[in-house]
Amino acid sequence: MQHVWQVLMQAITPSDAQSHAAIKLTGVTAGYGKHIVFRDLSLEIASGQFIGIVGPTACGKTTLLKIILGVQPAITGTVRLHNHCVGSAKPGTVGYVPQLGSVDWTFPVTVEEVIMMGLYTNGRYWPWLSKTERISIHAMADRLGVYDCLHQHIVNISGGQRQRTFLARALINRPKLLILDEPTSGVDIKTQHEVLHLLGDINREGITILLTTHDLNAVASHLPWVICFNRGMIAQGRPSDIFTNEILTQTYGGDIVIVKHEGHLLIANSTPLNFMDDTK
Amino acid sequence: MEFLLEPFAYDFFMRGLLAAAMVGTLCGAVGVYVVLRGMSYVGHGLSHAAIGGAIIGITFNLDFYAGALIMGLLAALAINQITKNSHIKLDAAIGIVTTAIFALGVAIVSKLRNFKQNFEAALFGNILGITDQDLMMIAGVTVITLITMFFCYRTLLFSTFDHEAARIFGVKTNTVEFLFSLLLTLSVIVSLNVVGVTMVAATLIAPAITARMLTDSFSRMIMLAILFGSVTGIVGMYLSYIFNVASGTTIVLFSTLVFSLTLMAHLLRRQ
Repeated sequence: MQHVWQVLMQAITPSDAQSHAAIKLTGVTAGYGKHIVFRDLSLEIASGQFIGIVGPTACGKTTLLKIILGVQPAITGTVRLHNHCVGSAKPGTVGYVPQLGSVDWTFPVTVEEVIMMGLYTNGRYWPWLSKTERISIHAMADRLGVYDCLHQHIVNISGGQRQRTFLARALINRPKLLILDEPTSGVDIKTQHEVLHLLGDINREGITILLTTHDLNAVASHLPWVICFNRGMIAQGRPSDIFTNEILTQTYGGDIVIVKHEGHLLIANSTPLNFMDDTK
Repeated sequence: MEFLLEPFAYDFFMRGLLAAAMVGTLCGAVGVYVVLRGMSYVGHGLSHAAIGGAIIGITFNLDFYAGALIMGLLAALAINQITKNSHIKLDAAIGIVTTAIFALGVAIVSKLRNFKQNFEAALFGNILGITDQDLMMIAGVTVITLITMFFCYRTLLFSTFDHEAARIFGVKTNTVEFLFSLLLTLSVIVSLNVVGVTMVAATLIAPAITARMLTDSFSRMIMLAILFGSVTGIVGMYLSYIFNVASGTTIVLFSTLVFSLTLMAHLLRRQ
């Protein structure tokens, strides 16, 4: 199984990975009708990067993802993915993992059927899996630790397994770019840690990863590069460089405390509710 | 015993039975997508628009099916455009568009009294009303729908489960939506003479929700819904003859009985 996975990953890793930007936005203005979310945004993400976008609720993170994914057209400007205009790239070039909160967990699908969906644009029309497809799915499920629950309904598996199932669906089509919408939300801290480590492993195999998250501590401890976003780019760089009081206050609009502890950054709100005082 | 076998000697009954089996199969398969897309009310609305369209069509000397198809498709497209381009939700759009077309049909029926008899048959289904043309239409739509659903199984499943992700992965979701609207409209129209306007929605929904309680797998749900749809169609049509009531009512009542028994078994199993 490990051999199959290695062959799979060699195929995934693009040979021209470093030759051009994975994502290039030039002068992009986005919005809904007359409501502009951000203006004139230019952003370039090189192939092979592992980047998190952080920012407050309704700051335009999801709009930015939708623009990059081609789900929403930009009002002005251009969006290119691996040197192709967004939307004209070959199906399967981009892998996408939605927010778990947006998934209909009552839908009658097994883990295997969800992973299968990633193969639905490969030009095969038969409803059943071919032998090659089945081998790919089993190898991917084995790699991501969901092999034992392939035939279980998606509601009967743990939060971590759910995240891995959708990750498997995104990776099965051998994408060059993987985009995740808040993969750390709705899962416990241990699962969060596992998922981010797994994403780190996938990134080391050559896949560019872009994710959005609200969890600054998870970003600080797991991601090499971060973009602070609030209706436009505030700053980008390594978490240790840009998670400063000034930048985070500018991003979130409130006082934030940053503590360095044994080489880790810990980020918290500066004015927590003190229940102990209230009970005195 | 002779009484029970008596209906099988009649051509009209055998035609009705065949039509009910095909409509049950068709509605069972299409109903799975209707239920999972949260469109249960669509079948109800489209059937009203189709019958309104059929009446409007007849006043313009068009065939029953031509008027029903034109107005059914127009209703489906109008509902789609209204929900896409405004804040109006699906149920509200269905309510206004399909009821307006139905109301127009009712207004014409009220003015032209010679429509009344056919109109009542179309409301509740009529075993005697199945013509050879109806059989051909039902067979054609059933075959086309099942073939399309077979070859579009992957894209239909993906866009039903996660519309936005399907689009991102390269599924032509607008084409899939249009194709599904077309198949649903055709299915509703050809089912009208067998189950009637007022019963189409339940014929679409009952087999699918019964199947859902028995499986967590999408492919098995489709197969079970087709099985339930065809069996309830056949048994319902038979009961329609035995009890001498409208075929739509017996088909729906029998599917509801199957659903209720399955629900009870499901609840008992969970305890």
